Amino acid sequence: MADADTDLRPRGAPATRPLPSPVAYLLLTRMWSRAAWQYRTSLLLTGTAQMLVTSLDLAALLVLYSQVTTLAGFTLPQTLYLYGTTRLAFALSDVVASGVETLSDAIRLGTFDVMLIRPVGTLAQVLSDQFTPKRLGKLVPSSATLVWAIYALPITWTPLKGAVCAGTVLCGTVIYCALWVITGSISFVATDARETANVITYGGELVTEFPFAIYQRSLALILTFAIPLAFITWQPSLYVLGRSDPFGLPAFLHFAAPAVAALLCALAAFVWRAAVRRYRSTGS
Amino acid sequence: MRVYLTAARLSFRRYITYRSAATAGAITNTAFGFIRAYILLAVWREKPHIGTYDAADAVTYVFLTQGLITPIGVFLGSTELGPRIRTGEVAVDLYRPCDFQLWFLATDLGRAVASLLLRTVPPVLVGALALPTRLPGDPRRWLEFGCCCAVALVISFSLRYLASLSGFWTLDERGTTSLLMVVSMFFSGMIVPLVVMPGWLGGLARVLPWSATLQVPIDVLLGKTTGGFADALVFQLAWAAALVALGRALTSAARHRTVVQGG
Repeated sequence: MADADTDLRPRGAPATRPLPSPVAYLLLTRMWSRAAWQYRTSLLLTGTAQMLVTSLDLAALLVLYSQVTTLAGFTLPQTLYLYGTTRLAFALSDVVASGVETLSDAIRLGTFDVMLIRPVGTLAQVLSDQFTPKRLGKLVPSSATLVWAIYALPITWTPLKGAVCAGTVLCGTVIYCALWVITGSISFVATDARETANVITYGGELVTEFPFAIYQRSLALILTFAIPLAFITWQPSLYVLGRSDPFGLPAFLHFAAPAVAALLCALAAFVWRAAVRRYRSTGS
Repeated sequence: MRVYLTAARLSFRRYITYRSAATAGAITNTAFGFIRAYILLAVWREKPHIGTYDAADAVTYVFLTQGLITPIGVFLGSTELGPRIRTGEVAVDLYRPCDFQLWFLATDLGRAVASLLLRTVPPVLVGALALPTRLPGDPRRWLEFGCCCAVALVISFSLRYLASLSGFWTLDERGTTSLLMVVSMFFSGMIVPLVVMPGWLGGLARVLPWSATLQVPIDVLLGKTTGGFADALVFQLAWAAALVALGRALTSAARHRTVVQGG
């Protein structure tokens, strides 16, 4: 934490100009990483724990498939593909944006006030808050699963399919990041309602690990049009896996993920600004 | 004895205060219950009987686990002791003229009762209203379930207490406690019911202490135990006794090596 006092500005930058947010974010992330590195044993153990959390969830999926051969018509490799893409996207967004989870504490303890007076964007500070490299542990099993699924799937790969596959993870990451920020902003309205945000973030991850065919039609439609979790992996993956939509939705939705990601980012930026503007300090 | 009751009561009051946070938590638990129920229903649609469970049992199981996850502390991994070792506040705890382990058990009991009141009923009730479930009407079953849950809490506490104690050696207990949380989530049957686990994995999961924290009490409530209530309770008590004893041994070991700065 000693680094918090040091000058974060790059050498030669004028003292009055605030740091650009991405630069500030990276510098703050580095500072928090160095702080976490002071407790090496704990960091390595928590990193391993994060790796295991993801692996055990995979074990759970395999356990379910040990009882059945298909789940709502989807084979194990197909579900593994869904699982791998959404997990990898979630893990990446967790590395980038899950610092927003500490926001409710920052508001409650009044440390958010300190963030407001620093010459750095609030979002960059909140996202990097208490960053720890242990989150990188989550990337290992999720990427391994995706590779395994791609290897096991009988897909004839075309350049478009490859692009959609890479785009799934990329857009999925962006969608998750936007969801972190949007749901995290709930802490500005109701400080102790933070846990409900988990329904969308962690719950969203759990929902998208499985083929949407297992859900009721009404729920699937809500998850497509109201809370667009379907675009994290389900819709683009239908194209990659060469399957038609079991709910009869139009095929162009397979390629709508980038638009949804852009829309959610705009919404996240709007929500964040609105929330910070109406923020009243809790301190006395 | 009175001091522990007071500790439990005060801890209860501390945890019962944050009602809106608990409401948010109950909503979250319920929502996750639905996701997990849909996943299990898809499995049971392919195979209507797995172990002794049918689809209604599986859904009941899901919502009961969602209701019990916070009171039993499956998702906690730690006790109040953990952070206190890290911050040094444990020095005060070591001075108290009462039993160190029992003190933290008492505060954990207060926490459990408070979250039982706030967070257990909503998921079970909403789940039972929305989906076909099978909750027994026999009050004796519920009484037996209550007994099993009490022992389950002692087991869960003892495991978390052991993980917290590791802080005396590693200075930061968070690594150990997060590892415990992972194992506990899986082997308690929180992610998938233990009945779904095949072959040796299922056999292993059944004898580990974590099965006694969720699966055993729920099996007793649903009438799915092979040996009945008595066998289930003996299994639970054996683990509880072993883990409490191990906690005592490690507590005294920790006491001998701890040096309080400035004390």
